[in-house]
Amino acid sequence: MTTSDWPLWEVFVRSRRGLSHTHAGSLHAPDAEMALRNARDLYTRRSEGVSIWVVPATAITASSPDEKDPFFEPSADKPYRHPTFYEIPEGVQHL
Amino acid sequence: MTASLNTAALALGDDALVLSHRLGEWAGHAPVLEEEVALANIALDLLGQARVLLSLVGDEDELAFLREERAFRNTQLVEQPNGDFAHTIARQLYFSTYQRLLYGRLAAADASPDDEAREALRGLAAKAVKEVAYHQDHAEQWTLRLGDGTPESHDRMRAACDALWRFTGEMFQPVEGLDVDWRELEADWLTSVSTVLTRAALPLPEGPRTTAWSAGAGRQGVHTEPFGRMLAEMQHLHRSHPGASW
Repeated sequence: MTTSDWPLWEVFVRSRRGLSHTHAGSLHAPDAEMALRNARDLYTRRSEGVSIWVVPATAITASSPDEKDPFFEPSADKPYRHPTFYEIPEGVQHL
Repeated sequence: MTASLNTAALALGDDALVLSHRLGEWAGHAPVLEEEVALANIALDLLGQARVLLSLVGDEDELAFLREERAFRNTQLVEQPNGDFAHTIARQLYFSTYQRLLYGRLAAADASPDDEAREALRGLAAKAVKEVAYHQDHAEQWTLRLGDGTPESHDRMRAACDALWRFTGEMFQPVEGLDVDWRELEADWLTSVSTVLTRAALPLPEGPRTTAWSAGAGRQGVHTEPFGRMLAEMQHLHRSHPGASW
């Protein structure tokens, strides 16, 4: 088995009552169809009504840990960037 | 429990039990980790079906572990050794296609609330048909990949389909207690399997679909040689410690 035949896939699962897909883990599979099926076995135990995304790991571009400071810090110390100074009206969900 | 439903539950239950045991033999030996999990999953589904079906007949443990070879009613197809991965996939394709078509029909049968055992069979089929649809899909995916893969995988898949072909006719011998149009079931099975094989660039196997000596075959308790050894292994512990609770 070579890694080129069995590339790595990242798996994102939305549970039945979940709002968004969450990264569940990764697996090896020869292609997307098999990756979906393997993800079903490994990460969902076949609960009905869930949604699965599989993405080849090579298609994901990640932010670099080395650039963490310049990348994220400037926004942290500027309160005006965080729209938190108002009351949330009743009845607003999922905010 | 009527005698005919006893026969039906035993036939379907033994199919599921024996194939489940064969798939269990793959544990730790599958080509990749993910496939390991998939085969174990299918084995567990089948074992669950076997438990329900055998419980309709009597004590599930007694039936599984204390019957002799001649008392088992499974088809000869499911008792065939795993062979290479292609053999396991071909066996699964043939059997899961049969199971999906059969359980689909049983689940759609008219309700008969006065007949408890028949209702139990219908309830099981309704639940199991989702499982076996997945099993069939899994076998189909692998048939396509092996048949249309490398020259070696193509040859192996073809050899496996050919080798097991002679055991496929037996599945369509009418089973007492199952109210099914067996000819129609067989025609649907042939259509489904040949569609998959064509897509996988594999020829439909030629030759007879029953063995020359099979007569009533597995459904009558006539089994192939590898089955005795499989049973010896499966039943060894239970027979060594009769009456123990586990």
